[in-house]
Amino acid sequence: MSQKIDVAEVAEQARIALTPEEKDTFQRQLESILSYAERIGELGLDGVEPTLHGNPRVNVLRDDVVVPSVGRDCFLSNAPERNDAEIRLPKIVEDA
Amino acid sequence: MVGKELTLCAAAEGLRQKAFSSVELTQSVLDAIRERDGALNAYLSVDETGALQQAAAADAARAAGCDGDLLGIPLALKDAINVAGQPCSCASKMLVDMIAPYDATVSARLREAGAVFAGRTNMDEFAMGASTEGSAFKITRNPHDHARVSGGSSGGSAAAVAGGMAIAALGTDTGGSIRQPAAFCGCVGLKPSYGRVSRYGIAACASSMDQAGPMTRTVEDAALLLQVLAGVDPHDGTTLDAPVPDYRAALRGGVAGMRIGLPREYDTDDTDPEVTACVRRTVDACAVAGAEIVELSLPHTKYAVAAYTILAAAEASANLARFDGVRYGRRAAKPESVFDLYAQSRAEGFGPEVKRRIILGTYVLGSGRYDVYYGRAQRVRTLIRRDFDEAFKRCDVLFTPVVPTVAYKIGKACDDPLKMYQSEMFTVPASLAGICGLSMPCGRTASGLPVGLQILGPALGECAVLRAGQAVEEEVGA
Repeated sequence: MSQKIDVAEVAEQARIALTPEEKDTFQRQLESILSYAERIGELGLDGVEPTLHGNPRVNVLRDDVVVPSVGRDCFLSNAPERNDAEIRLPKIVEDA
Repeated sequence: MVGKELTLCAAAEGLRQKAFSSVELTQSVLDAIRERDGALNAYLSVDETGALQQAAAADAARAAGCDGDLLGIPLALKDAINVAGQPCSCASKMLVDMIAPYDATVSARLREAGAVFAGRTNMDEFAMGASTEGSAFKITRNPHDHARVSGGSSGGSAAAVAGGMAIAALGTDTGGSIRQPAAFCGCVGLKPSYGRVSRYGIAACASSMDQAGPMTRTVEDAALLLQVLAGVDPHDGTTLDAPVPDYRAALRGGVAGMRIGLPREYDTDDTDPEVTACVRRTVDACAVAGAEIVELSLPHTKYAVAAYTILAAAEASANLARFDGVRYGRRAAKPESVFDLYAQSRAEGFGPEVKRRIILGTYVLGSGRYDVYYGRAQRVRTLIRRDFDEAFKRCDVLFTPVVPTVAYKIGKACDDPLKMYQSEMFTVPASLAGICGLSMPCGRTASGLPVGLQILGPALGECAVLRAGQAVEEEVGA
């Protein structure tokens, strides 16, 4: 059905650093999972509409009104590092 | 007081009759947790002070003339459901210090009804897994045999209820995470139809299938809890704006005249013969009680796990992209670049099953693969939905096993994730279709392990499912 997964490459796209052992294990396990999942290729699916959700609701709208929200301090309380009213980050501008 | 027998309905009646106070009831739950949870590991955290304060407030409210089925009832909540001010770790190192900033809608509804939040239950990390061995913190043991798993991902809630450490609990179910642990531990678990219960404030696993629901000792208790949880929520656009029926009234009626469907694809050679025997005996008892038994086919069943695996991983990878080490959650100590901040924080914060699913999901959504995997899986989902639509023209409910096996030994499934996914073969089709399903005890094996019956109903068919479940409880006496 397709080429083999390259776990190292996909993990980079997913922004997850893997150890060499994890790479090997996931490579083996995900090849086996994907080869099982490819059985859906056996089915003729022409003209079958996709189901995106567990129920058919679409375009749910609400009135555009302001409602009270949880305060800034409460949300910031879970930040890994903070200055007063801001989330503090390590230096993110990289050297050229 | 709490013991292994006290039902939610009996506790509510006891409070009403002033046989005991909420403080006494809550204290008995806290005592049971202290006494038993060292062996079972059902709870991640217990809020003794807060619970007793809430209980005292409930007693004061009752003394002032308030009443309600949940007023003063202590409950256990899965650690994926936000309760303002309480930890919500999702059993992940990523969220080890997380304090929920607001109530999930289900928590707000319980709070409004006067329930007491006793503690947070263990789970597979981010609700990904089927044994609670995937918790970053501890493995929840099965109350019937401590060498065996509790099931998952809502294994902590199931073990708390079955182990006499909670009167009732909430779990969440994406592909079977309420129904399977309920079966393994011998309690009742209800996965509502998609959209029946709000997902607002519940950590997202696979958003198109996630539902929260009750885990209880009896079918009637599940009905009572669902009554409070169900309904449309402006915070969750996928909730259904359909009237909420009186679920307890729906329990009456028995199975006489009901049409019970038996899908032949759920009768597999791989199923433990003792599981098959228990389900068959239940079906026979219902036939004797006047139900009509209809054999039928759900022809696309064998593609369900494959489609589910693709869709659940794809949605999980998108949902968990929010964990980047910036705003909340774990941050790597000394990142050397932006990439490193993301990749190291995620490497440190996530456990193996979560990493596996994110990588799988990223892969199936990737350029050039989207149509082959994700798009196809969504079309297969349509076929599975249609299978159920056809089936429910011929029957009111379907009876199946919940799982092909009883609870297995801890450590047995760890190294083979595909095998674990395949073990969900009887629960994922209903998740894909968005229909409702009840899991309840229907007997035990010779060695004393509980066996679960799954009763599936159409979307918003909770009344039929509960009615059939109540009849099974009464007539089979499981």
